[in-house]
Amino acid sequence: MAAVGGGGLQGYVVRRLLLAVPVLVGVSILVFAVMHLSPGDPAAIMLGAQATREDVERLHRELGLDRALPVQYARWMGRVLQGDLGRSIPLGRAVLPEVLLRFKATLILTAGALAVALVIGVPAGIVSATRQYTWLDRLSMGVAVTGVSLPVFWTGIMLIIVFSLTLRWLPSAGMYSPYGGDLGDLVWHLVLPAVTLGTASAAALARMTRSAVLEIVRQDFVRSARAKGLDERAVVGRHVLKNALNPIVTVLGIQVGTLLGGAILTETVFSWPGLGSMMVRAIQARDYPLVQGGVLLIATTFVLVNLVVDLMYAVFDPRIRYE
Amino acid sequence: MSDVVRMFRKSGSAVLGLALVLALVAAGVLAPLLAPHDPNEVDTTRRLARPLTPGHPLGTDEFGRDLLSRLLHGARISLAVGLAATALAAVAGSLCGLVAGLGGGVWDQAIMRSIDTLMAFPYFLLAIAIIAALGPGLINGMIAVAIVNIPFYGRIVRATVLGVRETEYVQAARALGVSELRLSLTHILRNCLAPVIVAVTLNVGGMITALAGLSFLGLGVQPPVSDWGSMLSSSRQYINVAPHVATLPGLAIFAAVLGFNLLGDGLRDALDPRLR
Repeated sequence: MAAVGGGGLQGYVVRRLLLAVPVLVGVSILVFAVMHLSPGDPAAIMLGAQATREDVERLHRELGLDRALPVQYARWMGRVLQGDLGRSIPLGRAVLPEVLLRFKATLILTAGALAVALVIGVPAGIVSATRQYTWLDRLSMGVAVTGVSLPVFWTGIMLIIVFSLTLRWLPSAGMYSPYGGDLGDLVWHLVLPAVTLGTASAAALARMTRSAVLEIVRQDFVRSARAKGLDERAVVGRHVLKNALNPIVTVLGIQVGTLLGGAILTETVFSWPGLGSMMVRAIQARDYPLVQGGVLLIATTFVLVNLVVDLMYAVFDPRIRYE
Repeated sequence: MSDVVRMFRKSGSAVLGLALVLALVAAGVLAPLLAPHDPNEVDTTRRLARPLTPGHPLGTDEFGRDLLSRLLHGARISLAVGLAATALAAVAGSLCGLVAGLGGGVWDQAIMRSIDTLMAFPYFLLAIAIIAALGPGLINGMIAVAIVNIPFYGRIVRATVLGVRETEYVQAARALGVSELRLSLTHILRNCLAPVIVAVTLNVGGMITALAGLSFLGLGVQPPVSDWGSMLSSSRQYINVAPHVATLPGLAIFAAVLGFNLLGDGLRDALDPRLR
C-alpha cells in the first residue's frame, strides 16, 4: 500500500483543484445574476421610491448598467478579484469590511454547531449500530428522525422559552454581554444558538454514522477480526470506524452547507450579529451589493470546505486517488 | 406490489407518518368547516388568551384572533405551497435528469455542470439569493425553494436512466428495433417512477420547513395572508407573556415535517429491495 502513495495523491490534488475552478466561475455568475435578474432597473429599486430621476441615472451609470451583460460581468469580476465588492447604499460604506466582520460571527456559530453535531451525532450513531434493533438503537433513531424534522427557528424559540425566560440559565440574544466581552462570555452566549443549529445536523450525522458502521460491520474482514479473538471495542475502534470514516466525512461536508444556510435563521432568532441576519435586512432594503457580497463569501467558503472534504477522502482512502 | 404494502405496514413509524400527513391534509382541506372563527377576526378585548379559554380552544394571538382557526387556515397555505414547490422541483429536476441521461454528450455536460453550480451553494442560502433577485413573496419563495431542489431530482433520475439503459432487457428491446423515444417512454420512465416517488416524500418535509423559514424571515408569505412560519415570526415578541402563541405554529410545522419524513423513510425501505 505504501508504494502507491506520493504521486497519486499529488495528481489527485491537482485534478481536484482544477475541478473547483468552473464551479467557482458558476457561483460568481449566479451571484452576479442576483442583481440583474431582478425585475426592473436595479438602480431605481436600490434607491427607492423617493429618488429623483437624476439620482437613478447617476447610479445607473456608476454601476455600469448601460453596458452589455458580459462586459458588466467581466468588470464586476475584475473588481471582486481585487477585493472590491462595491458599496452598500443604506450603510454608506464599502461592502467587504462589513461582510468580513459579520462573517466572523457566522463562522463562530457554525463551528459551535458543528461541534455539537459531532459530539452528539457520531457517538449516537456508533451506539445504535453496534446495538442494532435494541431499545437503545430504536430510541436514538427515534430521537434522530425527530431531530431532523425540527425547524431550527422553532427549536431556538423553544430553547429561549425554557432556558432563558423560565430557568434564566442562558442568555437569549447577542454574542457578548453589554459590558462583558471575554471568551467565557462568548461561549456562554454561544450555547443556545449552537445547540439550536447543531441539533438537526447531529441527527443527520447519527443516521449516517449508523448506516455506515452497519455496512462495514457486515464485511468479511470484520468477521475475521472477531474470529481471531479481538475484543469488540478494538474491532469497532480499529477496523470499523476507520472504514466508516469516509461516508461520515461526506455527510459532515454536506452538513457544513446546511449549517451555513441554517445560520441565517438561527442568527435571526438569537440576534446573533452574523452575516445571515445582515443579509435578511439587506434583501428587505434591496441592498444588492451587500447581498451579493454575503452570498459570494458564504458560497466560496462552502466550495472550499467541499474541496477539503474531497482531499481528506484521498488521505483516508488511497483507492480514491486512482479513480 | 402487495410486498411493498406489507413492508410498509410492518413499519409502525411509517403508518404513524401516513396518519400524521393525512390528518394535517384533512385539517387544511376542511379548514373552513372545522375552524370555529374567521382566522382574521380581530377581538382586542381578548388578546393573547390562554389555551382552553371558552370559545378559543387553543387561545388567541396578539390581535385576539382565534389560534385554532389560524392554524387550520395556515395548514392550507403551508401544505399547499410545500407540495406545489415539491411538484415543481420534481418535474423540473426529473426533466433535467432525463435530458442529461438520455441526451448524453454536450447535454449531459451542460446540465450536470449547472447542477454542480447549484449544489455549490448551501441549501438555504441559494433560496435566499434567489429571493434577493426576484423579491420577497409567496410565489417567489416557492420558485426559489423549487430551484434549490432541482439537483436532488436531476441526479436521481439521471443515475436511474444511465442504469436502466445498460440493462439487458432495454438492450434487447433496442436490438429488436424499438425506437429510442418509445424506449424512454416505456421502460426508462417507468423505472424512474419509484425513486422519484420516494424522493418526493422525503423532500416534502424539507420544502415545508424551508418555506416556513422564508416566511419566518419575512421573505415568504406577505401580510395579510399568513402561514405557520409567519405566525411564528409575529408571535416572537410575546413569548414572555404568551409562549403558546409561538409554540403552536412551530409544533404544526414539526408535525407536518415529521409526518412526511416518517412516511418517506417507510416508503424507501418498502420500495428498496436491498433492504428486505
